Amino acid sequence: MDISRRDLFQIGGKILVLASVGATLEQITGAAPPSDAYRMADHWWGMIIDIDQCIGCGNCVRACSRENNVPEGYFRTWVERYQIEEEDKPPRVESPNGAMDGFPPLTRTDLKSFYVPKLCNHCADSPCVQVCPVGATFVSPDGVVLVDETYCLGCRYCVQACPYGCRYLHPAKNTVDKCTLCYHRITQGLTTACCENCPTGARLLVDFKNPKDPVHEILRTHKVEVLKPYMATRAKVYYENLDGAVR
Amino acid sequence: MRRWLRDSAHLVRPALVLLAALAVFLVVRSAIIPKAFGQYGHYRPGALDLVRQHPIAYAGQETCLMCHEDEGKARAAGKHAHVACEACHGPLAQHTGDPTSYVPKLPVVADLCRRCHEQDAAKPKDFPQVQTAVHSGGAACNDCHKPHNPQL
Amino acid sequence: MMIPGVDGFMYPNEVELQWSVLIVLYPYITGLVAGAFILASLERVFKVDAVRPTYRLALLTALAFLLVAPLPLQLHLGHPERSFEMYLTPHTSSAMAMFGFVYLWYLTVVLLLEIWLEYRAEIVQLALSSQGLKRWIYRVLTLGSYNVSPEARRVDDKVGYAVTVIGIPSAFLLHGYVGFIFGSVKANPWWSSPLMPIVFLFSAMVSGIAAVMVLYAVSMKLRKTVIDMRCLDTIARYLFYTFVIDFTLEMLDLVHRTYESDESFRSLDFMVHTRLWGSQVILQIFLGTLVPLALLAGTQLFRIAEGRRKAMYMTAGGLTLIGIFAMRWNVVIGGQLFSKSFLGYTSYKMELVTREGLVPAILLMLLPFAIFLVLVKLLPPWQEGKAHEA
Repeated sequence: MDISRRDLFQIGGKILVLASVGATLEQITGAAPPSDAYRMADHWWGMIIDIDQCIGCGNCVRACSRENNVPEGYFRTWVERYQIEEEDKPPRVESPNGAMDGFPPLTRTDLKSFYVPKLCNHCADSPCVQVCPVGATFVSPDGVVLVDETYCLGCRYCVQACPYGCRYLHPAKNTVDKCTLCYHRITQGLTTACCENCPTGARLLVDFKNPKDPVHEILRTHKVEVLKPYMATRAKVYYENLDGAVR
Repeated sequence: MRRWLRDSAHLVRPALVLLAALAVFLVVRSAIIPKAFGQYGHYRPGALDLVRQHPIAYAGQETCLMCHEDEGKARAAGKHAHVACEACHGPLAQHTGDPTSYVPKLPVVADLCRRCHEQDAAKPKDFPQVQTAVHSGGAACNDCHKPHNPQL
Repeated sequence: MMIPGVDGFMYPNEVELQWSVLIVLYPYITGLVAGAFILASLERVFKVDAVRPTYRLALLTALAFLLVAPLPLQLHLGHPERSFEMYLTPHTSSAMAMFGFVYLWYLTVVLLLEIWLEYRAEIVQLALSSQGLKRWIYRVLTLGSYNVSPEARRVDDKVGYAVTVIGIPSAFLLHGYVGFIFGSVKANPWWSSPLMPIVFLFSAMVSGIAAVMVLYAVSMKLRKTVIDMRCLDTIARYLFYTFVIDFTLEMLDLVHRTYESDESFRSLDFMVHTRLWGSQVILQIFLGTLVPLALLAGTQLFRIAEGRRKAMYMTAGGLTLIGIFAMRWNVVIGGQLFSKSFLGYTSYKMELVTREGLVPAILLMLLPFAIFLVLVKLLPPWQEGKAHEA
């Protein structure tokens, strides 16, 4: 049977529209999502960030904001710019509006400077999950730390417990919000909004349970770190080429 | 024994009040506790579905390439090969859903190019960057560079 | 880009404080409850007869504050209507999850039961003698039993003793778990410490004892009754001892921090010297601890006339109450003023009339006194001191 590309595309488009309408209805009625070829037990999600590739363009921050309707002034992901002056002095760090509009150009070439994208580290031993009094935040079976916005009390204990500052109280919903690793995308075969829109490939979504995932080769051959390793949170966002000054 | 019972009988009353309150609590609890709570862990399994139902804004470049093969080929030949379509064109799931009714506006080139390519000491040294004011003398970036394949 | 109120660098989501003055109020109030109860137990369990005149007063003080304790938490929650979830699905790894249970346990099995057992004779008498609405209230309070024979009262005494004995560790738990809520947060070096529950507990006892001492003196003044100086002197003595321990613990924390001087120290030290100078050094340490300690030490070491002594006690008590509030403020607010990157500081913008503003906080602090007045009317605590037998 000969189907033209346009036909295929229109069928696909209609399915997408129906799926989004269906998803909206399901959100109202609370039923299960349409397709379920996705099996949580087959995945264990994380991310690799290569500091040497980040150019501080802020695309990830904007993309995340649009994909997830992040309220203004709050950030599910953000980029920091570090300037390391002399030794033994604390670095100068800035993140203007979380890098939503990028950064004003830095002209000083005499010091070490670089960009550091940050997001929820989706810790396997998450202190934020540990302190939630009711079970409104949790680590999913596939390794993503999520918030149940219909159950969260808004006590903000998890915000205090997160060593990385990635959580905030959503001003309209009055529940805690944070990066979901674009769970609604990765469970449908897409990558996260931030990784999709990073122009240099500094951010890479990885699946530790996928034997073909590049993460295994990267971890085997490159030097990597997590942020604040002494917190022993078993963070799953690994940084390549991270400077020791980064907090 | 009987005297002790008589003298301490009143203690039964607060005990009964507490037990009655406990019973009411247990009944109400079993009625309103979320179904299937604890199935995967200490949370409502419905929360997973709730998060998954969030609408998608960025279609992903694989979907773009289904129709826009020519642009895809041009891009693959140049330095922007790994830059996703929506990184410049913005979120387009709406467009892929219904291509004719939602046609995206082309991005404003100058701001877009500057965001990545404006010279900045914190950017990696080997990343192509220029002082745009000096570099083009006021001309628009796409006067010389074709966005999909910018090499000159 | 300068963010108003921020110096240096804060993670973008850290700029706004999450726990407000209401979260300062909560440990302060439960601290007063625990402290007042410990004072009551001094007479009941540890046989310090001298403080008998304040036994019932301490119980009513504890109840008045305990009834208000959940309110700052409810006002603070993003979804107060969901707070019952803590009873449905308490997460056992979270110290906060035990709040609902510990609170209810303490309210019912300890405090209400003890008050009921203590007051039964008066309740029955008033149920038989009052008129109108009051009669109905007292009748309900009797729980249907009118047996107040001496033998029954002896049983009440014995059971009350047992309840107080259970009540002491319960009071420790009621307030100690709050200290653990802070002390177990490894992400926050200002909070994370094994000393935190102990420091909270001792400062709670200090504030509770001071509160009962001041309330007793003020109540006697208002009733134009003579103050039992033996009672007041004894309370002041216990306040002094407890304060010495509390001060030692807090100094231990400070010295330990300064000595070890780990990564967080420079940032925290700077914060204390700038943003927390007024509330920590002036209010908490100097006016709230050193001055009361000096005043109390003076009354212990030197023979001072009664009038002067009373004034010193009241000054010490009042300053202590302010100082312990400042301590809670410095822990809760101070813990959020510095960045977890140790590279910056933010400011607390306390609003006035919003849900978590200053005005609700003040009203919540006044409410226990209003409740106390009602309780005192309902269950008069003024008795001619007959010590408990049990």
